[in-house]
Amino acid sequence: MDIFLQQIINGLVQGSIYALVALGYTMVYGIMGLINFAHGEVVMIGTLVTITVAGSLIKAGMPVALAGLAGLMAAVLVCMALGWALERVAYRPLRNAPRLTPLITAIGMSIVLQNLAMMIWGRNYLTFPALLPKIDFEFAGANFTAIQIIIVLVSAATMGGLLLLVYRTKLGMAMRATAQNPAVASLMGVNINRVIAAAFVIGSALGAVAGVMVGAYYEIAHYQMGFMLGLKAFTAAVLGGIGNLAGAMLGGILLGIIEALGAGYIGDLTGGFLGSHYQDIFAFVVLIVVLMFKPSGLFGEKTGDRA
Amino acid sequence: MQARLSVVALSVAAAFALSACGQKEEPKPVAAPAPAAKPEVVVKLGHVAPMTGPQAHLGKDNENGAVLAVEELNAKGMEIGGAKVKFVLVNEDDAADPKQGAIVAQKLVDAKVNGVIGHLNSGTTIPASKLYADAGIPQISGSATNPKYTQQGFATAFRVMANDVQQGKSLGEFAVKQGVKTVAIVDDRTAYGQGLADEFRKAAEAAGIKVVASEYTTDKATDFKAILTKIKSTKAELVFFGGMDAQGGPMAKQMKELGIKARFLGGDGICTPEFMKLGGPATEGQFCSLPGMPLEKLAKGPAFREKFTKKFGGEIQLYAPYVYDAVMVMADSMQRADSVDPVKFLPAVGKTKYDGVTAMIEFDALGDLKGGAISIYKYTAGKLEYVETLGGSPLDAAKADLKEAVADVKDAAKAVAGAATAVGKEAVGEAKEAAKAAAEAGKDVVKAGAAAVKDAAEATKAAAEKK
Amino acid sequence: MKKGQFFRSMPGIGLAAALLIALPFVAALGGQAWVRILDFAILYVFLALGLNIVVGLAGLLDLGYIAFYAVGAYTWALLASPHFGLHWPIWAILPLGAGLACFAGVLLGSPTLKLRGDYLAIVTLGFGEIVRIFLNNLNAPINVTNGPQGITLIDPVSFGAFKFSGATQILGVSLSGPQKYYFLLVALAILVIIINVRLQNSRVGRAWQAIREDEIAAKAIGINTRNLKLLAFAMGASFGGVAGGIFSAMQGFVSPESFSLIESIMILAMVVLGGMGHIPGVILGAVLLTVLPEVLRYGVGPLQMAVFGKMLVDPESLRMLIFGLALVLVMRFKPAGLWPSPERQRELQETGK
Repeated sequence: MDIFLQQIINGLVQGSIYALVALGYTMVYGIMGLINFAHGEVVMIGTLVTITVAGSLIKAGMPVALAGLAGLMAAVLVCMALGWALERVAYRPLRNAPRLTPLITAIGMSIVLQNLAMMIWGRNYLTFPALLPKIDFEFAGANFTAIQIIIVLVSAATMGGLLLLVYRTKLGMAMRATAQNPAVASLMGVNINRVIAAAFVIGSALGAVAGVMVGAYYEIAHYQMGFMLGLKAFTAAVLGGIGNLAGAMLGGILLGIIEALGAGYIGDLTGGFLGSHYQDIFAFVVLIVVLMFKPSGLFGEKTGDRA
Repeated sequence: MQARLSVVALSVAAAFALSACGQKEEPKPVAAPAPAAKPEVVVKLGHVAPMTGPQAHLGKDNENGAVLAVEELNAKGMEIGGAKVKFVLVNEDDAADPKQGAIVAQKLVDAKVNGVIGHLNSGTTIPASKLYADAGIPQISGSATNPKYTQQGFATAFRVMANDVQQGKSLGEFAVKQGVKTVAIVDDRTAYGQGLADEFRKAAEAAGIKVVASEYTTDKATDFKAILTKIKSTKAELVFFGGMDAQGGPMAKQMKELGIKARFLGGDGICTPEFMKLGGPATEGQFCSLPGMPLEKLAKGPAFREKFTKKFGGEIQLYAPYVYDAVMVMADSMQRADSVDPVKFLPAVGKTKYDGVTAMIEFDALGDLKGGAISIYKYTAGKLEYVETLGGSPLDAAKADLKEAVADVKDAAKAVAGAATAVGKEAVGEAKEAAKAAAEAGKDVVKAGAAAVKDAAEATKAAAEKK
Repeated sequence: MKKGQFFRSMPGIGLAAALLIALPFVAALGGQAWVRILDFAILYVFLALGLNIVVGLAGLLDLGYIAFYAVGAYTWALLASPHFGLHWPIWAILPLGAGLACFAGVLLGSPTLKLRGDYLAIVTLGFGEIVRIFLNNLNAPINVTNGPQGITLIDPVSFGAFKFSGATQILGVSLSGPQKYYFLLVALAILVIIINVRLQNSRVGRAWQAIREDEIAAKAIGINTRNLKLLAFAMGASFGGVAGGIFSAMQGFVSPESFSLIESIMILAMVVLGGMGHIPGVILGAVLLTVLPEVLRYGVGPLQMAVFGKMLVDPESLRMLIFGLALVLVMRFKPAGLWPSPERQRELQETGK
């Protein structure tokens, strides 16, 4: 049983990270119906910026906790600016273009950001400065660390904050209105451009937080780390019902746990025929099965046709 | 560069390029017959490694190794076939993609390179090797360890590194020696990782070690907790990882976080500074292997490291010394054949006996590194500490080497003497050429013999220490 | 290379044919590598046209197209290599590869085609990854695909004694391996283009376009949307299968890493960049995206040297950077693609949608 608990913890932590990233996808999608493929790269930039800022501050003699905080702030600011710029340069001019056009732009931006990051931070893997003291816990035979608890807590707090923002503030109301019908919302005095830009900026800020979490957890970063993470997070968002905030969070956590349990048990269940080499496909298989029965994801509302 | 530009233009506007390409000449004819004055012959060596993508850092490292070798060769000023030789490196990026690998291979064939160093990955080396074989261009890889590369039966395919079979076997032997009873095997599902893990599995099972878990990850993964948790439940004494440092380091770290006490063992992919950097304190006490002998134990090792760090301002990542040796072997073969023409010096590559930075390089019939000793290292106090060398009894091997070396020295002396008489007769033309070649060969063999003696002494000492 | 109205006329066709025949010989002046790049360009034209049926005509966003390519490639690799000791002839394998890919298309399509837009995209993406991961792992317990090691020494295309690898003399002209493949690929590509054109203007093609524009309306006028979508998937997949077979034979080596997600994305980018649903546009997109990175590879370095006198930025990083920027800029200024179909262009101008 200790393995089961351990696997749940593993999945929960991984899932929290997926959820944070998935929120970025789902916010943009919910409002504009656009897959922001470059979101994974935003997360990557967030991690790398933190490494540079926190790393140099620590070297300059600043206390570790403070440097970490400064790194986080820097990452959030840089990513917000990046999100804003992405929307401005790559997506806004295409708002009325055919549906696939922004998808290609997003892929293009993704390539551009990766290569820019490679030029700035180099091709090597980078280590993330140890921001937190290493504290290990043991509970009922399962091991976990302080950073894992922090990741889950920070994710939960961030998501809670986001829900408050969307459902309790004026900006949130404008966002929901825009998601429902941009044309009508603009007639009601909502500044669509500002709302969409805000969605990008907030999504990117969440991405930056996720980036710092990923960095602090694995203590490793690389200019290509964003792609796979983005892909998984996107899967999570669709699993939960893309465009739905709660769906993205639950989808992310679910995906993390499915992967952990899949890797842990599928080999025994199938007598060794399917092992952990199929870890990466569990997510997709579950996704396909879910979508066959619930075509708009687990929590997605039945929406009309989006042309 | 002008020629290059016109090639580019070609694809944009074929018609325009037609005229431009007419002017495209090979910059310098290769293997030009030596006229009266001493001409300079340009020898083009192709070098292929991924410069983009996840393995770009290793690709750059390989390129640095090649650059260093070529610069040294040029500074030394080699003479082949009576002409001064200038080596030029033609770098290509295959992005670790087999399709790109074939395209750049064709590119190098078109450029009429005299030899090819690379590629880095087995996945691109294998399809490319066919093109080089068809064109008769010798290819020496410093890092492609998949056994299939040489097993295809191409006469042009060589490598200066032990292949996965040799390495996996030695790692298995090492596990047995450590008294391990149960092992968990993880591989990253790449050609390298899977090949290595399979060979290790064979060797371990043959020796009666029980494989209690077989888990898998990918070469892009960062989270291994799920599979490690499973491994933890099997209580394996050793975790073997077939894969690279970028996964191995974090994996070792996550093992520690999960409270797994098992030792960690892997191949050359995790015998890197990167592994230590990424794994942090969790790498302490873990084992890895490298083909050949440790740089520090080799006569030229420390000097090479010094040269490398001085020039490029960073640590050697992984394969740079092997790539360096690959270039040197190529040059050495040309010198022995006294020709830069691939047709003429290809047979000489097979007969290589070159004392490189990484090993005494000799090839077997397939083009694999002969002997292929594997050294085991342990990460101790943030450093790689040499443990032992496996792969044949080192003492016997050393003795055999010694005997052979003595015989070679004798032969060489004879050859030198013969050459001297030839010169004495004041024979001109070919005789003179032959003399020079013989003398050159003699010198090399003597050098090689001396190195072998040194190696032997080293091995004897190591063996004595062990006892 | 343009094939507008002019090329419908006889002299136009003649000129185009002459150009196509001359092209490999012109390219060979720059080296056989350029012929090989041309080969890949045509292979991608082939793939892009196949995907165009699915994405461009039927409007189904498919991000896992490479899976069908992989099925075709492995069919050839397994049936014509020493791996199983089989050496079947081309006329047996190529149709079989197409058939298997078609079957895979139906297999994927039947449960998922009721999904809309982006949901379908992520499911097809997942399917592509599933196929790749299976190919990568089916070396145990029974060794089918040889796993990540891939399959080597695959037979080249051959008709009887006429092999496509190595140089041969035909009518006094020496043809290299890549050049022979070029002509084979051009022949196949022309076949695909004809099928595409015929399809586009057929009853089926118009039904697809109706589904693309408005599925509910299409259903209402009595179009069997389910079957037609399946047909689009199956047709696209078979083209992928044929292309895969040729790729396998041309390379002599296949391994799962050739069939990663990024390949699917690249093919989709070709279709969209060129002009979805418009055959000349798609061809242009495929040729551009195959040749452009190569041009940049050999152009960026020397260009920097010429302009600045030294290497400012590593050419390899710059190459991909420019490639990404090109994607963004083209879409920014030509949202319907470089060469969209006239109807599409009109729509864009009229409604702004």
